[in-house]
Amino acid sequence: MANGMSIFEISGRAMAAQLVRMNTSASNLANAGTVSGSEDTAFRAMKPVFRTVMGEAGRATVQVDRIDTSTAKPVKRHDPNHPLADQDGNIWEAAVDSTAEMVEMLEISRQYQNNVQVLATAKGLISETLRLGQ
Amino acid sequence: MPSLDNIFGIHATALKLREQRMAILGSNIANASTPGYKARDIEFPQALQLAESGQSPEAAMRYRVPVQPSLDGNTVELATEQTAFAANALAYRSSLSFLQGRIGTLSRALKGE
Repeated sequence: MANGMSIFEISGRAMAAQLVRMNTSASNLANAGTVSGSEDTAFRAMKPVFRTVMGEAGRATVQVDRIDTSTAKPVKRHDPNHPLADQDGNIWEAAVDSTAEMVEMLEISRQYQNNVQVLATAKGLISETLRLGQ
Repeated sequence: MPSLDNIFGIHATALKLREQRMAILGSNIANASTPGYKARDIEFPQALQLAESGQSPEAAMRYRVPVQPSLDGNTVELATEQTAFAANALAYRSSLSFLQGRIGTLSRALKGE
């Protein structure tokens, strides 16, 4: 464990990255269905991009490189009675695919659990090693 | 009579390598959703031979050949990594119990029980 990253750092940082992903997914879902008076101000889904951080001897952890905004276009809907409608009577719905976000959340949760499991196993083995000879 | 360094035999080296492999497999699991990440693993028997002869076990590191590579260039397959991780943890534990046995033998011999 002397060389660079410990397994706690590897899994810990991966958990932090998954949590950022969970937060963006949650704000996407929270903003699904919101409407706006123009295409520019309409909400667009966000998505974090992960990057590997290389360590020594095959060790690597992950960090959030940037948060990209989806290229999907907000959906234009004609609703002249809406208070936010522009002079042509159009409103724009947030560009969020709720089904995709729900699936994403499921995947995030599973991957977070995997990292927790790695940490728990490593912790157990290290404490067993500490008790060696007792 | 064995020298004090050889008391633990291959298990001391094996335990250290198992810990290294656990970190590598942990890294693969941590990078399960990183675009372009290539999963790695060490060829354990070869790494053990290298470590026993005093060389760096890193020469035994290999890239994992994926069953089905994903579009973003990531080659981590969670099922493969998780089973490898579980098997490695079990092997670590068995090395530990070999060491435990050896320490027990020695301490009984020293106490003269």
